[in-house]
Amino acid sequence: MTDWCMVIDLEKCVACQGCSIACRMENNTPVVSPEEAKNGREMRWNDVFPLPVHLGPDQGEYPNVKMHYSTRPCMHCKNAPCVKVCPVQATFTDEEGIVRQNYNRCIGCRFCTVACPYGVRYFNWFEPQWEETLAEYRNPDQLVVKGSLEGPAVRPVGVVEKCTYCVHRLVKAREQAKVEGRDFRPDEYVPACVQTCTGKARFFGDLDDPDSTVSQLSKSLRATHLLEDSGAHPKTLYLAEG
Amino acid sequence: MQQNLILHDRDELIAPLYQFDRKFWTTLATLIIIIAPGMLLYVRQLVLGLGVTDLNRPVFWGAYLVNFIFLIGISMAGTVISAVLQLLKVNWRRPITRIAESLTVFGLMTAGLQIIMDMGRPDRLAYTLIYGRLQAPLLWDIASLTLYLLTAIFALYLQLIPDIALLRDTIPATAPLWRKKLYEILALGWTGAKEQWRRLEKAITVVSVFIIPIGISLHTVTSWLFSTTVQPGWKSTILGPYFVVGAIFSGIGLLFIATTFAREYNKHLKAYITETFYTNLGWIFIVMSAVWFYFTLNETLVVVTEQETLEFPVMASKLFGQFAPAFWGMNILMIAATWILVAPKFISDKPSRNPLFQTVTGLGATAIAVIIFFLLWLRLPALAAPAIQTALILAFVLFFIFALLGVTQWMKTRLITSTVIASGFVLFGMWLERWNILLPTLTHARLMPYTTYNPNVTEIAVTISTFGILTLMFVVFYKFFPSISIWEVEEGRALEADSAHQ
Repeated sequence: MTDWCMVIDLEKCVACQGCSIACRMENNTPVVSPEEAKNGREMRWNDVFPLPVHLGPDQGEYPNVKMHYSTRPCMHCKNAPCVKVCPVQATFTDEEGIVRQNYNRCIGCRFCTVACPYGVRYFNWFEPQWEETLAEYRNPDQLVVKGSLEGPAVRPVGVVEKCTYCVHRLVKAREQAKVEGRDFRPDEYVPACVQTCTGKARFFGDLDDPDSTVSQLSKSLRATHLLEDSGAHPKTLYLAEG
Repeated sequence: MQQNLILHDRDELIAPLYQFDRKFWTTLATLIIIIAPGMLLYVRQLVLGLGVTDLNRPVFWGAYLVNFIFLIGISMAGTVISAVLQLLKVNWRRPITRIAESLTVFGLMTAGLQIIMDMGRPDRLAYTLIYGRLQAPLLWDIASLTLYLLTAIFALYLQLIPDIALLRDTIPATAPLWRKKLYEILALGWTGAKEQWRRLEKAITVVSVFIIPIGISLHTVTSWLFSTTVQPGWKSTILGPYFVVGAIFSGIGLLFIATTFAREYNKHLKAYITETFYTNLGWIFIVMSAVWFYFTLNETLVVVTEQETLEFPVMASKLFGQFAPAFWGMNILMIAATWILVAPKFISDKPSRNPLFQTVTGLGATAIAVIIFFLLWLRLPALAAPAIQTALILAFVLFFIFALLGVTQWMKTRLITSTVIASGFVLFGMWLERWNILLPTLTHARLMPYTTYNPNVTEIAVTISTFGILTLMFVVFYKFFPSISIWEVEEGRALEADSAHQ
């Protein structure tokens, strides 16, 4: 069984935020006004953020500060707290281990956003808007299967959205292989952030295949998860610094 | 004898139902004025999206959810208390069962309304039925709320049937036709036959037995919304019983306020709802406050002692941080309420000649205590010397105690007023308690900087509106049905007369 997984090597990450921007363009996450952003309404499915989040005396004083950056896509947890609390199955784990979101089903109760220990779920407070001609450059892709609306499709107001490991790219790659009459190869599918990563710090592949890069990297001594003790069994792997 | 009593009740309880006097219309108009702004702002929220509130990431839930838990809480007590008293055959329950049960129904309705207002897509409400996942805590809550609401409506209706029949039989000729029809249909052909009474009593007993676990389940499930997540501050095993206790506590508070409101609105009710009710239910109120303090201590002490890295920052924000005013405010309100209820029990019934127990002493001491408090608050440089500071603090404590003692006698002679004040404190304190459970956790998300949250105009207006709607339902309902269960009161009198004969 395929189990898609992302590995982020924090040693190689230069915190350029390229992944964040690539994600935004690929997945049509709307840009919000500065006032709204200040109010905590910004949307970055793939956020680059400083660690530790809460600066305390342990981090030292300027200029002797101990601080680093991390990046945060969805962890696609194996025991996803968001999936467990959704009352209408608008969010679900598919058979390939990707936690997906159905925008046509979501009732906007925001239980998943509250339950997620990583804060990687975002809510559409207003109707998404794009300034001037930006709307013309939106990604036209969308996943519509039996009334479910997913992927980079423009989200309506009042629903929750999240990183999907660019699942529409997987569907596209599969269809491409089908049209060309050949078998689909796992290396044909990578999310936009992995494709764009400046420091080549991100890897993507099938965790179930023992020969894949991600499987090999998951055996590294540096391999770790974010908030390992949260009980959610997060999947996205980090290779720790140092 | 029996006939006379019915006539007497008829004048006092039934006649006002047909008097659409100035008082009624003013009350109605005032309530509509209170409700209107919130509703307009809610329509704006519907059009623009939830962004018009001050909710953000990570504070995805706010005042609406606090109101929801609070309303579920106040609605729990009504029917459950009425059912428990019913099963225990407590006689003083008779005049208040109707008000208690209707509070449950209206409280649950407004709670449901509040949760719909909190939804990003209220148009998709039906999806919870079509696609509902039984494993999700929110669906348990929806199921429990629906079940409790339906059972509560059923219980209220059962109690109403004989009274509706009475209304049907006594309706004045001037009453509008639709009203006649309404009573006729709702009375279900009640004639007061022996077999009908037997079945009604049986049905009421069965419903009373079932409604207690349903009521408790609703509040437990509401607490599970929080305690089943992995968020620090919420994953606590005592949250379930803590919510239930808080619910009964605040529910009794609302019951006191509602009965007093009804008494003041229709002065005739004063003959039915007497001080006995305030004294007896007051004892249950005191017990609930003790249990509530016990749970609060449990919740706080354990977390403070272990100082766990994730849990403690949440608790610290309540003890010393941004939630300190709400947390300590809640505790002070609850202590004050308990004191108001308990202190008068300790002094004698006879008016005291001791100057300490005079109202004048109380008022004077209060004034002096307030002045000293402000002197301390202002930190005047002239009074900065340690000796003066100590003297001032001691004087403050002394006059504060005098103030408390002075007011006690006043409270002793005004049981109802003081109970209502205590109830108001408890209701506000319990609202703050819900706030203190919900928001410290949300503002202390794990991988995000700590934030703050304050409800904005929309949320405040919608909150006021919601409580306005609750009152409106109460006022309108009792324009159509008597606020005292007439047949139950009669039954009580008959029983009393019976025991007097023997």
